[in-house]
Parts: sequence; C-alpha cells; structure tokens
Amino acid sequence: MATNQDSMTMRPFRIRRTAQDTYDTFTMELEPAGSGEFTFAPGQFNMLYVFGVGEVPISISGDPTDPLPLIHTTRAVGTVTKALQKLKKGDVLGMRGPFGSAWPVEQAKGKDVVIVAGGIGLPPLRPAIYQILANREEYGKFVLLYGARTPDDLLFPKELEQWRGRFDMDVTITVDRATDGWLGNVGVVTRLIPKAVFDPKNAVAMLVGPEIMMRFTIADLQKAGMADKDIYVSMERNMKCGVGLCGHCQCGPSFVCKDGPVYSYETIRDWMRKREI
Amino acid sequence: METLEPILAEHPVFKGLDPQYIKLMVGCASNVRFNQGEFITRDGDQADEFYLIRAGSVALDVYSPTKGEITYLTLREGEVVGWSWLVSPYRVHGDVRAIQITRAIRIDAKCLREKCTKDPQLELELYKRFVPIIVDRVEAMTMQLLDVYSD
Repeated sequence: MATNQDSMTMRPFRIRRTAQDTYDTFTMELEPAGSGEFTFAPGQFNMLYVFGVGEVPISISGDPTDPLPLIHTTRAVGTVTKALQKLKKGDVLGMRGPFGSAWPVEQAKGKDVVIVAGGIGLPPLRPAIYQILANREEYGKFVLLYGARTPDDLLFPKELEQWRGRFDMDVTITVDRATDGWLGNVGVVTRLIPKAVFDPKNAVAMLVGPEIMMRFTIADLQKAGMADKDIYVSMERNMKCGVGLCGHCQCGPSFVCKDGPVYSYETIRDWMRKREI
Repeated sequence: METLEPILAEHPVFKGLDPQYIKLMVGCASNVRFNQGEFITRDGDQADEFYLIRAGSVALDVYSPTKGEITYLTLREGEVVGWSWLVSPYRVHGDVRAIQITRAIRIDAKCLREKCTKDPQLELELYKRFVPIIVDRVEAMTMQLLDVYSD
C-alpha cells in the first residue's frame, strides 16, 4: 500500500483543472502546491479539505502509473463536495492520503478480470482499469460492465468509447432509463453478468456501486460460479480520520478507512447484510 | 427438409428439453423478422404468442400518461419475449418494440397450450423454464424502482 508521509499531516494541493462531467459530478486535477511526489495504489482514497468548510474522503480516479496530476471525480451531494465543486483553477485545498486498501490487481495476474461499476462507482475502479491495461498481456479476459441511471449520467464517455474499441477488452454499458436516441441496453447492470464471457473459476471480480447494487451483483456472480474469495467490493462509510481512530466508519469488526475500502467479499459478507452496523 | 428443431433445441430457454417436446414445439414455431421501431406486441393484446430472439434487440416499454413510453428493459439474442401466454387470462403487459432489425422465432402459444393440456409433463417443463424468466423481469423492475444509482 502506498503511503506518502504522516497520515495526519495535511499537504497543500493546487487545482490545475476542473471539469463538469455530468450535472452533479465533476473531476479535479490537483498538483502539489510545493514540491513533492505522490504515489497511490488503485482503490485508495484521499481526504480532501476545503479550508473553513471540512474534510471528505474521495477515491482517486487517475492513473497509478502516472499519479500526478492527482485526479478525483466526485459527485456534489454534501456540504464539502458542493464547496469542492465551487473551487476554481489555481485554488488551494488540503489533502491527506492516500489511505485504505487496494484492488487486487497484482493477485489477478494470470486470471480473467471482471469489473462491475454502478453510477459513481466507475471512478474508484478506473485506476485498476489503467493498471490492467498497462500490463494487459499479464491477464486473461478483461470485462467491464457499467450501469448508470441515464445516458446523460455516464462518466468518461470518450474513454468508454476508446475502451469499447479495443479488441482486448469487453465493455458493456446499460442504463436504467433510456433517453431519445439511446440504442444500447436498458436494465440493471446485474443483467449483463450472465452474458459476459469469462471463466468464473479463474477470475477476479471488482465491484463498486451502491450496496444494494453490489449485493445483487454478488448474487449473480455467485450464480455464474464465482467464489466469494474472488469477489472484491469497495465499501463506503462515513469517514472522518482516515486512520481507524475515530470509529465513524466502523463496519462490524473493521474500520473501512483502514481495513477497507476494498474488501474480499469473503471477509465482509457477514457485515454487508446487517443494518445499522 | 431443414426445420427449426435444432435452433429451438439450442436456444438457452429450451436447452436440455426432451427432444420429443422440441419436435412438438416445432409444429407451433415460425421464423419472423421485425424492422427497427416496429411493435412486436402491444399492451393488452391477447397473449397468444411468444418469441425467442435470435438476433437484434427489443425494448420492453410501459406507458405513463405523464411520462410517455418508458423503457425498463432491453432483451437481446438468446432471451425470450413474453411470459403472459402461460398465465390466465393471457393478456400482454406493456409494449414490446424492436430497437433494431430483429430476427426471432415466433411460437404460437395457443397451439402450445393445447399440447400442454394433453401432456401435463410438457406443461410442467415449460413452467420450470418460464418461472425464472418471470422472476428475472420482476427482479429487474424492482432494481429499477430502487433507483440505486441516485444515492
């Protein structure tokens, strides 16, 4: 796991570029305000601090093989993320990180890889996609299944188009509600699993989306023949400290900020189904 | 003479079905083609047929007076259009429309229901194969209602 310096020390980062992806989702490119390097593993997140407003955990959505500028894609839903959205090129924010566990990209070598993303779940998976594509010959079949609410909610449409054009990657997209001109799939992302071509006995699956979507997805992956230990999920919980001290993100016996956010389903299954933990 | 028998036998929904039943069904089957935008069935129609998609894609729509036609699911090669033919009063729920040129096998359900009344084992086999399809459609609609990506 990549750690750059004291996890409680905030570093200033300057906004190099911002872009509005959809009506409520935006991407920021950040660079260190001073000197310094930054490394991270796919699946890790940073705590971003808007001065005077607060701090929020955001997954890194950039390329781990080319980590700077640091890229974060965020949905503006709360006070801090809405404040983040208002920041402009040149503004400075605070950053702590990277934190958390990573996608099992190394362990997946020699196996098929199935990535299932729902809604804003694609950004935390994008670093894993980059890393696999950078070492494509070391993996078997590579499948990306992505579901969004409507065609207008699809993130990274140009990149999706490029990935769909590759012969060494199977990309299938579906939306919950079609709009005029949409000729693709309509329906929940789980319906794509039975049609995906991969070897369930020799594959690793990585999922991100709302918990309910992940639960249905896991059921379909199990139906296809995948073992719980080969299914990895990224959990979301209310995080404050990022180092397992404050307890806000406790999920059963573990702390999502420290032991997660990426878990093998085998280790988290008993806690994912429980309410109010 | 070539018949639809091997195509029916290989279709996912009938794979593994006793060959004698496949032979029975061939008598109720025909090839059909739908142009882009063409309606395959309409809400409220008598459900006297169902379709095995061979190529292309179709949209399952429901009509809302305030929102118009809403597509809640698309089906492609290897999937089945229509389960209402199996459940009395045999009325179609929602519209089905070809999104692109679609080739399918049409099964005359009236013909098949008659065969079922003479052979309860065939009826049981068909129920076993269509109940999971009904469950799949209910699950898909439930997930849509949850609007999971809006969180």
